[in-house]
Amino acid sequence: MRHTLAVLVENRPGVLSHVAGLFARRGYNIESLVVGETEDKTVSRITLVVEGDERVIEQVSKQLNKQIEVIKVNDITNEETVDRQMLLLKVTADQAARQEILQLMEIFRCRVVDIGRRSLIIEATGDEGKLEAVTQSLRPFGIKELVRTGKVAMVRGPK
Amino acid sequence: MNGAEYIVKFLEKKGVDLVFGYPGGVVLFLYDVLGRSSIKHILTRHEQGAIHGADGYARVTGRTGVCLATSGPGATNLVTGIANAHLDSVPILVITGQVGVDSIGRDSFQEADIVGITMPITKHNYLVKELDRLPGVLEEAWNVAREGRPGPVLIDIPKNIFTGTADFPEAVCNLPNRKIPLKNGLTRQLERIAKVLKEAQRPLIFAGGGVISSGAEEALAEFRGYSEIPVVTSLMGKGAIPEEPGGSLGMVGMHGRPAANLALSQCDVLLALGARFSDRVTGNPQNFLPETCIIHVDIDPAELSKNVHADFPVVSDVQTFLKLLLQRLKEENSKPTIQPWLTQINSWEKEFTLSYQQGSLLKPQEIIKEVARQAVNEPIVVTDVGQHQMFTAQYYPVKGKRNFVTSGGLGTMGFGLPAAMGAAFGRPGETVVLFTGDGGFQMTVQELAVMAQYQLPVKVFILNNSCLGMVRQWQELFFKGHYAHSLFTSGPNFVKLAEAYGVKGLQIAKSEDLKVVVQEAFSYPGPVVVECIVDQKENVLPIIPPGGKPNEMLGRWHGEAHVSRLS
Repeated sequence: MRHTLAVLVENRPGVLSHVAGLFARRGYNIESLVVGETEDKTVSRITLVVEGDERVIEQVSKQLNKQIEVIKVNDITNEETVDRQMLLLKVTADQAARQEILQLMEIFRCRVVDIGRRSLIIEATGDEGKLEAVTQSLRPFGIKELVRTGKVAMVRGPK
Repeated sequence: MNGAEYIVKFLEKKGVDLVFGYPGGVVLFLYDVLGRSSIKHILTRHEQGAIHGADGYARVTGRTGVCLATSGPGATNLVTGIANAHLDSVPILVITGQVGVDSIGRDSFQEADIVGITMPITKHNYLVKELDRLPGVLEEAWNVAREGRPGPVLIDIPKNIFTGTADFPEAVCNLPNRKIPLKNGLTRQLERIAKVLKEAQRPLIFAGGGVISSGAEEALAEFRGYSEIPVVTSLMGKGAIPEEPGGSLGMVGMHGRPAANLALSQCDVLLALGARFSDRVTGNPQNFLPETCIIHVDIDPAELSKNVHADFPVVSDVQTFLKLLLQRLKEENSKPTIQPWLTQINSWEKEFTLSYQQGSLLKPQEIIKEVARQAVNEPIVVTDVGQHQMFTAQYYPVKGKRNFVTSGGLGTMGFGLPAAMGAAFGRPGETVVLFTGDGGFQMTVQELAVMAQYQLPVKVFILNNSCLGMVRQWQELFFKGHYAHSLFTSGPNFVKLAEAYGVKGLQIAKSEDLKVVVQEAFSYPGPVVVECIVDQKENVLPIIPPGGKPNEMLGRWHGEAHVSRLS
């Protein structure tokens, strides 16, 4: 099963390699990893998506906790969360197709951020399901290039 | 004050009186200051000797070992020793020099990314790029090495940090109060554990290295005395409790003592203290004691249910836990009723003894037994890695605190000699006995020079079988006797080699000389190398074939000459 871990770490050089190295040497699989500053400049937050059963995830959390620079590990898989990923997609779009693509993007509330002679760049933000749907809907037109961020997530409510 | 002066002052403030190291280009400034300080520096003959020396020192004293090396090759020569200390949870502070900050990343002379290299084999490591971070890093590193589960910590310090001057701020360490394991729930857990132990019919204590690192030897002896629950140990736990009647049944695992392994295979409740259930103990962890209730106590939460599922996981240091549990048992005036179990173990001990066959050639086991017989004042026993290590674990009854030093997790050949040297520095005036093989001895033989220089009372017994004994044994048992590259067809004259270093050299080739030569080695005050020519074909028995269960031992039973499986 896929788990989402929110890991608070010290904002220092070398921290990411300590965390990434841990995954490599213990043989855990990272599906995605996003790191960025938090409201506190000395603290970064790593959002990790990891594949594994309960036993594996327990080990991952414990091993992460052992890292000196790791402040807190939260498994937010079963929490009510808001989670977002971003997608940039370059799609083939000649004059004939352009209108149809624009209409589709309207439905998905995506933005067109660049227009070329034969292509468009689409920016989409949302959860995994939405980005999957956007990609599928554009596939028939011809996807020239696609890039996605990992997932960032936040628990809903006052917590 | 410059960085080098700050580091030396820091070490002095922490009570460090001895460091092991090897100078070189970028650490010259540090050495210049160190050379004028009160700290004694042991110049080993290889950086590997320095790190194993600090390791041996730390294991026999319980203090943090300190080791210095220069950048590049100096630092990379430490790698094996750091990994060794990491797997056996030994506190060591490693300080390496690095090329100046401006030269990093340019493939400069003697540049190596030691922080990157040692990331997976240190408890934590640091590259100090700003002078004002130095105090905080040193303080934090010192605490990280010691607190909780100990381990090696490396600080990589660029040349310009040694020479840079600053008004160093008072160091603050916010670590200790940040991630202390949760103590809540321990009382509830103790209550349940006391109940399980009371109702147990065949309980067993499995003591690991954590008993020694938490200083719980007395607590364990007291607990064992009160509860009468028998004790077995891992290799790292050997010496946690005296190996004598009323103490430990001995080591369990692949080459464990038969009664200890049988007790392990039959117990209904296993109280594992500071042990990590390595594959040398469990075989296939999936098949390991499926019916047994396992209580697992460890200071490191990540060890609980890592290899073997714990029915009662307890995050605690062993000493605290044992004292609380004993108190609880005494208050309830409860102990398990286990007379039939003790009788059973007793009869196993009588029926399935360790045995070897005397022959015309000298046997490694008889040397170890003779050394143990003649040893006075409970010497520190150190081993290298291989057959002799397992024979020592089986046949040498270790007594006294922190008196057994061996490379458990990593199985590092070449560990023995420098570790014995470090042990001798750690406990001056005490005799150190080293059992080693002709293979491992030759890997770090250069440290004989240090032993000669300081006239360390280390008695080195080389069990010379002219081969890599454990490799040969596995090739005999599992590769149809195809001895690929494990037999030495030439070797040095070990007696002359020792003498060339200024160390006394002796030799034993026949059983009848054993007593006299061991006596001579012990009566000589300084270092001695005793080459013992032993039977090449002797195997370590019993052996649990890889993946087997604790009771599936191959050995010689009931005085039979042939090897058979017990069950």
